[in-house]
Amino acid sequence: MRYLPHTDDEIQEMLAVVGRKSLDELFCSVPDACRFVGDMDLPPSMDEWQLTDHVGQLAAAMQVNHTYKVLIGAGSYHHHIPETIRTIMSRSEFLTAYTPYQPEMAQGTLQGIFEYQTLTSRLLGMDVTNASIYDGASALAEGLLMGLRIAKKKVRVAVSAAVHPHYREVARAYLSPTCYEMVELPVGPDGRTDLSGLAGLGELAAVAIQSPNFFGVVEDLTGLGKTIHAAGALFITAFTEPLAYGLLKNPGDCGADIVCGEGQSFGLSRSFGGAALGMFACRDEFVRNMPGRLVGKTQDLDGKRGFVLTLSTREQHIRREKATSNICSNQGICTLIAAMYMASLGGSGLSELARLNYSKAEYLKAQFRAKGAKIVFDSPTFNEFVVEFQEDFRPAYHRLLAKKIVAGLDLGRYYPEHAGRYLFCATETASKEVLDAVAGEVRS
Amino acid sequence: MSATQVPGASGIIQNEALLWEKGKKGRRGMCVPASDVPEATLPAELQGQGIDFPDLSEVDVVRHYTRLSQWNYGVDTGMYPLGSCTMKYNPKINEKVAATPELAAAHPMLADELVQGNLRVMYELQESLAAITGLPGVTVQPAAGAHGELTGMLIFAAYHKSRNSLRNKILIPDTAHGTNPASAALCGYKPVPIKSGPNGIIDVQSIAAVMDEETAGIMITNPNTLGLFETNIREIAELVHAKGGLVYGDGANMNAVMGIINARSCGVDVLHLNLHKTFSTPHGGGGPGAGPVCVTEELTKYLPAPRATKVANGYLLDYGGSESIGRVHAFHGNFSVLLRAYSYIRTMGARNLKKASQLAVLNAAYIKEKLKDTLPLAYNRPCMHECVFSDAWLQEDKISTLDLAKRLIDCGYHPPTIYFPLVVHGAIMIEPTETECKADIDQFIEVVQMIVREAKENPELLRQAPQRAKMRRLDETLAARHPCLCGS
Repeated sequence: MRYLPHTDDEIQEMLAVVGRKSLDELFCSVPDACRFVGDMDLPPSMDEWQLTDHVGQLAAAMQVNHTYKVLIGAGSYHHHIPETIRTIMSRSEFLTAYTPYQPEMAQGTLQGIFEYQTLTSRLLGMDVTNASIYDGASALAEGLLMGLRIAKKKVRVAVSAAVHPHYREVARAYLSPTCYEMVELPVGPDGRTDLSGLAGLGELAAVAIQSPNFFGVVEDLTGLGKTIHAAGALFITAFTEPLAYGLLKNPGDCGADIVCGEGQSFGLSRSFGGAALGMFACRDEFVRNMPGRLVGKTQDLDGKRGFVLTLSTREQHIRREKATSNICSNQGICTLIAAMYMASLGGSGLSELARLNYSKAEYLKAQFRAKGAKIVFDSPTFNEFVVEFQEDFRPAYHRLLAKKIVAGLDLGRYYPEHAGRYLFCATETASKEVLDAVAGEVRS
Repeated sequence: MSATQVPGASGIIQNEALLWEKGKKGRRGMCVPASDVPEATLPAELQGQGIDFPDLSEVDVVRHYTRLSQWNYGVDTGMYPLGSCTMKYNPKINEKVAATPELAAAHPMLADELVQGNLRVMYELQESLAAITGLPGVTVQPAAGAHGELTGMLIFAAYHKSRNSLRNKILIPDTAHGTNPASAALCGYKPVPIKSGPNGIIDVQSIAAVMDEETAGIMITNPNTLGLFETNIREIAELVHAKGGLVYGDGANMNAVMGIINARSCGVDVLHLNLHKTFSTPHGGGGPGAGPVCVTEELTKYLPAPRATKVANGYLLDYGGSESIGRVHAFHGNFSVLLRAYSYIRTMGARNLKKASQLAVLNAAYIKEKLKDTLPLAYNRPCMHECVFSDAWLQEDKISTLDLAKRLIDCGYHPPTIYFPLVVHGAIMIEPTETECKADIDQFIEVVQMIVREAKENPELLRQAPQRAKMRRLDETLAARHPCLCGS
């Protein structure tokens, strides 16, 4: 086996040093009753050529593959990934390093994360960003728990029903065994969160709003934030599409206290939903309640600038039971990829790309409208929106699938009241030709 | 070996500014496609000010990150004997498999019939992990080991709630992983610390003394963080079960016991695996990982949904019943890591997985034997995949564990885990893994022996280390006292 370097002779020499006659004897401290009986029931081992063939079969079993145009966002977006990113991220000094516990030999990772923290803070308009959380959903769950820690005695959090349904499920699972309660806030006919019931909710630690929300609608974050703060609660914002902030006013400027979201758009492949990148930021005053790892600037013995993991008293390896969260591994290489992507685009590129996404979605909306379809919410959107067709869209969906286009996501599974309505996403990867083809199948 | 002959040397280390200290407005490092649709205008009140990112060219970006990479040490660079973290070689073919365009481009919300290849990977991986652990119910959703622990604790809570059993405590031995108490506390449990016995493992009496009907169960890391097998695990499990509690197995150290132990036979009800440690994934400077959870038949209904299942004509996502704890990840977990583990298990097969565990243990036992006269052993018992030393002899020369670690950097090695586990004073915890060959291990042993000699003969060499790295010793206290977490 090529990953196991020992020769039989070496094994014998080493066994002699440790005073054992066989490899089995090394496990003398394992009682018989704990032992595995027989062999593990696994398929026979494959060599590299067999594995490549096998993976080829798995790839062939994918009816929708990379050659399809998938006009679905809903938390996972198709953007161009520059070739430079694949090349630099695959450098084994980045890829095969561990969590940077020894800063003198991990300055590459540490400076890379510090730069990621800085770029993300600027993108979101926040003071501090951590070195990532698993994904957007766990970031929201951790954000709500952080809100409860800051608010101390309060026991309730509120989350907009326009937050990604999976994110709400994750938050609910995280809170289920605790004494905390999570309530959902309704969505108005304009597709924006309705806060009119907020005053009736007591003991409210935090309120979470996603923008652009699951329906693609840009929320009036500034207005919502004022109402939430007036109710004495922390204002948490969430996002699934960070590119939107290349065009839209950022959460910090809208008064957010904690910002949580998904960074997959920044250079990560969709990869069936993971590896993802939970982006997490907050205001300075809350940093000691923040979950996850942080990289800080410092200096070495000669006074040279360097970087280390810091504020680790919040973490579980010191005061184990009192940790702010249990996060240990996070999404290290994904943070570096996101930073590489932000660096590649630059400020000018980010604005241009965001505007292009917005224009593509507006173009598709216009084509649908021309066919007599209804854009369900007339509030502004970014690169996705909900549409209702005059006729059953399913036959058109299947005709488009045959043309290698996946035309939107039926919302029925997530919002029964919106069954038969479709959430469409158009990024820079959707050409006018594809958008026209989709509109062309709609019966007016 | 003299100080000047030690392996490892400084390479070409170039200076490199922070990203925003470079660039010129108007540069661009990637293509933005030309627009083929009319430009739309957004209402002014929603528009932002523009983003204050540096504008860099492609060569600026490539050179920046290439230079940064040269300040880093990875397992492809050299030995990384981090106990409790398992840093072994990661097969290159797994990277190619994870990047297979058909699999990697898949949107996570596509209908099941459109993504059969990916669902088959999830299903077959679930089956393989069940076969390896002896626990039949598997979720691959958790994104890291500690995320698996949290999932396990959510299952504990759901199980006890379904039986109307109010339990608020959980037993956690001092030799468990550091994240265990935090994972339990997140679920509202009060962690009750259990002191390990004089031989470094949990004794049955200490559990019998505290296990009661208000205790939800116990979290046992096995092999534990001292690298020792918890020999009494079955008796402990029987005690806990008799009082209605559950047993959580922290399986982060499964790489020591694949094909050797059956978790079910050990009495474990819920177990997480660290795919990125045991079944290989590059750690990427902190992640991503994957922390699947395996449970008994009885607890399967509580697992997070969805899970992949096999039906007559293919594979489906099963969303489970009302007793599922729900979701712990937005989609299907870190699928790209699942693919790497799948690839690893398929290339290894049962025989080589067992052999990997045997060789991981052999390598650790060999280091323990060869270094036990150089550094004091924390516990002189048969070790599994890692061995732990203390700093007692170094202290005689006023040398700390940290000094030893930093001197190893000068010698071209990543230091072992230090000051963990907490139960050993000035702990030095070495885990060589099975992918290091005898010659490399011999060289590492020789270097440690040399450094311990230096501690007597030239202690300043240790106190001043590292001197051959990119930076000299970094001031961690300054970073914590005056946090600077964002550049300006």
